[in-house]
Amino acid sequence: MSAEFDIAETLDVKGASCPMPVVKTKSAVDGLDAGEVLEVLATDPGSMSDLDGWADGTEGVELLDQTEGDDVYKHYVRKTE
Amino acid sequence: MSTDTPDASADDAPTDDAPTDDAPSRAELAARVDELEEALAEATADDGGKKMSIIATKGTLDMAYPPLILASTAAAFGYEVTVFHTFWGLDILHEERSKNLQLSSVGNPNMPVPNAVAALPGMDRVTTKMMERRISDNDTATIEELLETSLDMGVEFQACQMTIDLMDYDEDNFYDGVTTGVGAATALQDMAEADIQLLV
Repeated sequence: MSAEFDIAETLDVKGASCPMPVVKTKSAVDGLDAGEVLEVLATDPGSMSDLDGWADGTEGVELLDQTEGDDVYKHYVRKTE
Repeated sequence: MSTDTPDASADDAPTDDAPTDDAPSRAELAARVDELEEALAEATADDGGKKMSIIATKGTLDMAYPPLILASTAAAFGYEVTVFHTFWGLDILHEERSKNLQLSSVGNPNMPVPNAVAALPGMDRVTTKMMERRISDNDTATIEELLETSLDMGVEFQACQMTIDLMDYDEDNFYDGVTTGVGAATALQDMAEADIQLLV
């Protein structure tokens, strides 16, 4: 799954709950260069909807994929600009 | 007779264009349009970013969370966020008091004990401890963490000057980065400019 993108950085927010997965993703994306992909590992089931909504409502980011397995939710966010 | 009418309208036409005293010329109108478009561009550039304004009035442990969660999340969305703290909402900004916010056992029908028991001395401490344990067990961010994170993300926290004086708080006891010396007019201005306004 993750092989589809070159991952520039991985953010581990396992254990953290709302609003931290979104807040920390935003901070991590700020540190990327345009075009780079951030992998986010979360255990908060709400992160599926929240990161989707965040990416949708935020300029300069694109949610490439979200996967679920082994109680870990993985999100792939590309910084577009 | 039939020629009179076209003549009259031909006379009228130039008269419509000619008087510059009461009707603006095409050039003047074009200049005015340019001016307005410029003003509009300026206005939209100023308001380009999305803004959120929250008024935080409560200082119980449960009521301290919503403004901070929404503020930090909105900042993650790129909103320019202002949170105006007044009355017991000031305790959220008070470095010492924010770590010791209490939960009220009375008046909340969702509490597992009847009000008559909840009103007993020490019960607020018991329910607060229960909630703090849950917060810790669930890895829910603490008020302090949320506040520090929000400050890092550029959220502006304002402490209402009137209630600082009323509660006799020392401005030095607020977290670094908290704005003091502001009042209702500042909050109102923020609300007027904001896309989202909330009173908590």
